[in-house]
Amino acid sequence: MALNTTPNIANPDGFYEELIGSQRDLADDEAARMNARLVLLLANHIGDRRVLSEAIRLAREMGGAALPQG
Amino acid sequence: MQKTYTYRQFPYVRSAEQAAGETKRHPVVVVGAGPIGLTMALDLAFHGQSVVVLDDNNTVSIGSRAVCYAKRPLEIWDRLGCAAPMVEKGVSWKVGKVFFRDQLSYQFDLLPEADHKLPAMINLQQYYLEEMLVARCQSNPLIDLRWKHKVIALAQAGDHVRLAVETPDGAFDMEAGWLIACDGANSDIRGMVGAAFTGQFFQDRFLIADVVMKAGFPTERWFWFDPPFHPGQSVLLHKQSDNVWRIDFQLGWDADPEEEKKPERVLPRIRAMLGAKTEFELEWVSIYQFACRRIDKFRHERVLFAGDSAHQVSPFGARGANTGVQDADNLAWKLALVMRGHAPLALIDSYDAERAYAADDNLLNSTRSTDFITPKNGASRIYRDAVLDLARDHPFARPLLNSGRLSTPTPYRQSPLNTPDADDFDGGVAPGTNAPDAPVEIDGKAGWLLNVLGDGCFTLLTFGAPPEPREISCGDIAVKVLAVGRDLVDGKGLLAVRYAGAPGTTYLLRPDQHVAARWRTFDEVAVRAAVARAIGR
Repeated sequence: MALNTTPNIANPDGFYEELIGSQRDLADDEAARMNARLVLLLANHIGDRRVLSEAIRLAREMGGAALPQG
Repeated sequence: MQKTYTYRQFPYVRSAEQAAGETKRHPVVVVGAGPIGLTMALDLAFHGQSVVVLDDNNTVSIGSRAVCYAKRPLEIWDRLGCAAPMVEKGVSWKVGKVFFRDQLSYQFDLLPEADHKLPAMINLQQYYLEEMLVARCQSNPLIDLRWKHKVIALAQAGDHVRLAVETPDGAFDMEAGWLIACDGANSDIRGMVGAAFTGQFFQDRFLIADVVMKAGFPTERWFWFDPPFHPGQSVLLHKQSDNVWRIDFQLGWDADPEEEKKPERVLPRIRAMLGAKTEFELEWVSIYQFACRRIDKFRHERVLFAGDSAHQVSPFGARGANTGVQDADNLAWKLALVMRGHAPLALIDSYDAERAYAADDNLLNSTRSTDFITPKNGASRIYRDAVLDLARDHPFARPLLNSGRLSTPTPYRQSPLNTPDADDFDGGVAPGTNAPDAPVEIDGKAGWLLNVLGDGCFTLLTFGAPPEPREISCGDIAVKVLAVGRDLVDGKGLLAVRYAGAPGTTYLLRPDQHVAARWRTFDEVAVRAAVARAIGR
């Protein structure tokens, strides 16, 4: 399975509200720690290493930097 | 300081050749009488090869140093007849606990697979291990173990090496057909041949302490991340024999080793860790520093490298001595065959192909552990802490938690000595892999497969109707046929399970108990071709 980059979340506004709402009262470092836990939970749910690698690459390159080689 | 162990001094003996002032050519000289050099000598002697061992010191390892010995090295030592006292003296543990800050993050039970002769690992102070190996060497007439012999110069000379050796009686010259450098991470020999010893890799320092405790601690492995008594670093507590506990405090690279070793610095650390009520005595303390590095080539003309002289890894996962013993296991039979003229030089070069591959695998594993234990930036630390937090309640995070992975043998998947599978195998043991043990019966008595495979020959293990010949001669190599059902009985059926054995299944095993080839039917022509390949022809 390839990484799905087409819209896939029902009620997108509701999801987005929930996501940012969950961190509204957190300091930046607390939010960063929560995000790490969230990434790990979701990554385990996906499980497929090819999908995960593609998502990692895509997220990194969106930031304007290619993945380091090797 | 040491209360539980007395270091013996081994006597220096002036050699006949030094006394006579003659330069003698020895077939093999091993430099370094640590666990790897001693194992190398025992394994060469096991294959009938005489060997001289030179050591610049005259006693065993000071302090516990390497602590944890895994199953495969124990199997190798068992083949060499010295595992029983190690297992008897050593401590086996099964339960590991991981703490994060002041809480238990998770605990595991190793539950090793049943029906193997040797345990998954033992903890044993290195001095006991070396003492046992020295005793074995000293009782072997093929091994000439010489203390207070320091190699001070070396020159390659085509089919041999010239050595200058210094003893309490001054310097003299020796020649060696082959020289095996087992002289540790700071190998002098490596410098003398000009080999590169490099890697990307990290550097770190550890305060390691042997502590005698009166009572109160279970036989478990405890690992702390960022504990209150040693903030920001890791700590490991391990039980050894004689109620000696080994504690490793990670210090980081910037720590001042001389300062940290002082009792007024060490004792409060240990007291904070064990609690004020725990009575303990400090036996030994040292600073250990490491870098992850590997030598460019394991063979430099007539000089071969094994153990830490060839590869240095982080201490997580007990990979140093364990992988070094497997270097010896790999090299000894090859060198013995080549020196006897039964195999071409190419067989020696397969030592580099197989063991450099294993060293890289070890470096990769130890690098991954180190990256988890010592995060390299803030983002890594956040992920590391997230894993530790999640592991407390969620099983999915536990496999991500890495406080060191137990050393297991690296299969030589790409080895030039392997004959790739042509037949279908679902499971079983792939070429390049060490043979798993299994309980068997021989002449009605309970025994173990690895002991039957332990005579240093090539062996054909067959399932189903035994093939005609009992032995197959391939040039100078005699292959012993071992038929399941005829020569040994698979009473529990585990041999068939572990080897995916069906009628006709045939395995060719090397002298180091690794699979060279396998087939679904016995075919003598194929066996001959596989043997030729497995000896580098």
